[in-house]
Amino acid sequence: MTLKTMQQSTTANVQMEKPVLTAKNVTICYGANQAVKDVSLSIHKNRITSIIGPSGCGKSTLLRAFNRMNDFIPNASMMGNIYFGDVDIYSKDIDPVDIRRSIGMVFQKPNPFPKTIYENISWGPSINGIKTDLNELVEKSLEKAALWEEIKEERLYTSALNLSGGQQQRLCIARALAMEPEIILMDEPCSALDPVSTAKIEDLMFELKKRYTIVIVTHNMQQASRISDYTAFMENGTLVEFDNTVKVFTRPKNKRTEDYVTGRFG
Amino acid sequence: MTARLFKIFCAAVTTLGVIVLVIVLFHIFREGLRWVDVQFLESFPSRFPEKAGIKSALWGTIWLISLTALFSIPIGVGAAIYLEEYAQKGAVNSFIDINISNLAGVPSIVYGILGLTMFVRFCGFDRSVLSGSLTMSLLILPVIIIASREAIRAVPGSIRHAAYALGATKWQTVKSHVIPAAMPGILTGIILAFSRALGETAPLVMIGALAYVAFVPEGPMDSFTALPIQIFNWASRPQEEFHQLAAGAIIVLLAVLFAMNSLAVYIRESAERKHK
Repeated sequence: MTLKTMQQSTTANVQMEKPVLTAKNVTICYGANQAVKDVSLSIHKNRITSIIGPSGCGKSTLLRAFNRMNDFIPNASMMGNIYFGDVDIYSKDIDPVDIRRSIGMVFQKPNPFPKTIYENISWGPSINGIKTDLNELVEKSLEKAALWEEIKEERLYTSALNLSGGQQQRLCIARALAMEPEIILMDEPCSALDPVSTAKIEDLMFELKKRYTIVIVTHNMQQASRISDYTAFMENGTLVEFDNTVKVFTRPKNKRTEDYVTGRFG
Repeated sequence: MTARLFKIFCAAVTTLGVIVLVIVLFHIFREGLRWVDVQFLESFPSRFPEKAGIKSALWGTIWLISLTALFSIPIGVGAAIYLEEYAQKGAVNSFIDINISNLAGVPSIVYGILGLTMFVRFCGFDRSVLSGSLTMSLLILPVIIIASREAIRAVPGSIRHAAYALGATKWQTVKSHVIPAAMPGILTGIILAFSRALGETAPLVMIGALAYVAFVPEGPMDSFTALPIQIFNWASRPQEEFHQLAAGAIIVLLAVLFAMNSLAVYIRESAERKHK
């Protein structure tokens, strides 16, 4: 079986519900270097999809393509289509700013604004003209990110930079949640955190998938197997296998996937 | 052994610099301090040393610096934001880049000649505060632009990405995050630029700021003098008293410089504290 037909069959396997995000034949280049090669996959609503693979396999690049964050990399170019619902997010009449309001992102290194905790969360909604009670929104977002208990009223107006790394990352999640996005993209959100903070964020993701769709790039295979419903394995820019997480980790179809998930390489 | 010698060498040159500065200051204060009083600040220049003062020079300097700030800060910071955040990286941008760096090194007398040709003669502003401050603005613009660009470039990309990922436009990101984070660096650049402008004499001599002005400028079109010119004028006279008057004026100039720097450092510190 060629790689192409195999991809199509795996995509068919997981098409039980209507996907919220669909990549069709996506190729992304940095200059002449192809970072992502002809990848097609679907992201399903209220599920956690993880993308795994060795360093430099193009998984972060693919993730950033989902909310057009690659636009900020000067020599990056993309072919193919990505559909958010029925909307082609790379079509000419789409403003990427609108896309990023609905598809939030959490980065590898916690990157709170050097402002107060309150301002970190309220800034996004306030610039986008969300007309709700900001105080309530800030509290609710912090609660959803399981951070309210540790902050409460009294630390709300202190600098976000005084929080620990794990707290900062949950603040970044709260900040993304305050925008009420449909999808949250997470680029190795736990790689800079200790195991306790990592566990907290994993618990949080289970909680969040009731309301949001999550796509996570991770280096940690235990993490992928613990938290995700679907797993995509990428290597050298190509999508090798995409299926139910249980299948990918227990009965992978591809030999290379098996080698990777069993730790024989990578 | 070499490491020790190097350390001693560094300590020695540092001490040398401080010693020279102390000697200069001591000399100036010993000569000029007794001339600095209210009468000195409130009198116009005179042939009689006891009656002479720096009123017109001090006010000329205040006018000059205020107008220079008005012109150079918005243009300098605006240009820096454009070049860092908006301009396409390419041949044109690097051409502008090289030219700004070169302009920062052009001798100030050249700016004087430019000011004389451009503002005094061509624009017909005559030997006014306006001509002086426009010339001074040209002189310090490269310094402000270079320092502001460095400050903007030092704002981590992760902050910008965080803002963009929340659906912010470029303007919202720059306004709310890039400029506030770069503000301490930008202010440092402005302090340096104005310290330079305050002491610049050559371009003012060139555009014809007068040494003897017996009135305070009342508008941007009035002619003026400035502290460094007054100092130069007094120091070049043969009488000993005028040399002491020059020292007195230097003390006032240093005081103004110190006050301005302190204010700027205070503003910078409070801006920095807001971001911690």
